[in-house]
Amino acid sequence: MTWASTLAWADLSPLWLSVRLAAIATGLLLILGTPLAWWLARTRSRLKPVVEAVTALPLVLPPTVLGFYLLILLGPASPPGAFWVELTGQALTFSFTGLVVASVIYSLPFAVQPLQAAFETIGDSPLEAAASLRASPVDAFFTIVCPMAFRGYLTAAILSFAHTIGEFGVVLMVGGNIPGQTRVISIAIYERVEVLDYAQAHTLSLILIGASLAMLLVVYSLNRRFPAFPGPGR
Amino acid sequence: MTGLSVDIRLARPGFGMAVAHEFAAGGITALFGRSGAGKSTLLRVIAGFEPKAQGMVRFGGAVWQDARRFVAPHRRGVGFVWQDTRLFGHLSVAGNLRYAARRAPDAASVIRGEDVIGALHISPLMERRPATLSGGERQRVAIARALLSGPEVLLLDEPLAALDLKARAAILPLIARLPRAFGLPVIHVTHSVGEVAQLADRMLVLSGGRVIAAGGVAECLGSADILPATGRFEAGVMLEARVIGHDPGLRMSYAALGGHVLDIPGVSLAEGETVRLRIRARDVSVAVKKPEGLSIRNILPGRVVELAADPGTAFAETLIDIGAGRIRARLTRASVADLGLCEGMEVFALIKSVSFDRRMVPPARGDG
Repeated sequence: MTWASTLAWADLSPLWLSVRLAAIATGLLLILGTPLAWWLARTRSRLKPVVEAVTALPLVLPPTVLGFYLLILLGPASPPGAFWVELTGQALTFSFTGLVVASVIYSLPFAVQPLQAAFETIGDSPLEAAASLRASPVDAFFTIVCPMAFRGYLTAAILSFAHTIGEFGVVLMVGGNIPGQTRVISIAIYERVEVLDYAQAHTLSLILIGASLAMLLVVYSLNRRFPAFPGPGR
Repeated sequence: MTGLSVDIRLARPGFGMAVAHEFAAGGITALFGRSGAGKSTLLRVIAGFEPKAQGMVRFGGAVWQDARRFVAPHRRGVGFVWQDTRLFGHLSVAGNLRYAARRAPDAASVIRGEDVIGALHISPLMERRPATLSGGERQRVAIARALLSGPEVLLLDEPLAALDLKARAAILPLIARLPRAFGLPVIHVTHSVGEVAQLADRMLVLSGGRVIAAGGVAECLGSADILPATGRFEAGVMLEARVIGHDPGLRMSYAALGGHVLDIPGVSLAEGETVRLRIRARDVSVAVKKPEGLSIRNILPGRVVELAADPGTAFAETLIDIGAGRIRARLTRASVADLGLCEGMEVFALIKSVSFDRRMVPPARGDG
């Protein structure tokens, strides 16, 4: 077999499903991650290391462990899962919504850690300066902190997106393999390999490699173009 | 009109502070002391950046802090300029200024953008980023930004400390004009006696978190109370003299101090104007007979009114009354013994050098 013949038109709907999942999860992560990262960056609470450790858990846990407990937690037998069924009439497990919830938890450290680092770098000084110019804390957050933490947000967004696209174990545990619902690209590749359809597996895998490389290139080249905004020095 | 009044306490590990003071409602008050004396901390308490401080901070009729209330910093109307300027790096100079101007109260503000930009020579810098400015330029922008927020009082935390001599000399007169140009009191933190003498109308001297002297600059600088804050090296007195003539050929000016005439390096002041002279104790020698054949031009007769050995050192502090004021001299204890100096003795004070305020005109008193 030649290389050309190893590639074949593949069904691209798992790719779009993955992109949709990652985009929604990333949006939610930036919204939810901001207050959490802000708190972690500024608190002097003794709970800080505990919260940091819990946030970082998805980095070290096997996805199967995370997926297993999410399956139980989101299942209709658990209180949150039952509440969701009552609310919507559908179970969270083996659904797209369930995947979104799982992805947010699974990718949390990839959003929180860059944001926390960015907020810590900014420190108190610009906030005091803003307050001395009559800016309220909320005003200062949006007008000073957000622009100064731009690079942190960019890194958080791209890492969360890429990590969500790449997840496999958690999706398999929580979502299964339902076309159009939970069959994301990593599952589709696994499934193609299982049935020995290497040509389609190649196509999907190469798309994923190309897209991941492109995203990381964006991160690293933007990091060069926008170094953390230079402070005024002195 | 009443100004700022504080009565606060702050305890931190290794540092305690208790300051009660009523600031003047106008002019420049120097907050003076060595590093660690609590100058910057007091400024931060006034601005509301030290929520752990206890006590009372009032401005005019408004209570900023007391036992029950704590007004957040952004509601106090305090302009603050830091030594490190804290300009917003993601905004241009114009963007930094707009940030302040947009948040200024509309009605009360008498401070106009073009006045501020003109007073601080900022027009050529407007499109630049803070990172591309020199230290002196940044500090001017920081002062302009603070003014444009329409503050009721301007707090300057060692704004000149990081600048070189030239930049410092360029900004000093700009700061000196602020209270009158924009009608607000200025509190200026510094550890430089020179800055105090050139800028301030009044001073508040801190040491170890306590007030050790407060009042007019001339009075405080001449007082021995502030020695813990100045150190011996900078100790001295400040006297106000009147210009009575010039010698353009020799570039000298003559100033009357009571019945004495002092020769000072030429100043560009009209006759009759007042010049502030600063005479450091280490620049003054003492003779018991009128000496001759010296390069020292200013030899003033006077009487020793105080003589105190500085324990543990070779030196003694001497206070000499010259009729129109007092001059402090730092002599070795050996000289005191050789000359047989004692209190009440008639002597001649030999002044090796006189430094003076370049602006020459002392800031107006009690404006506001």
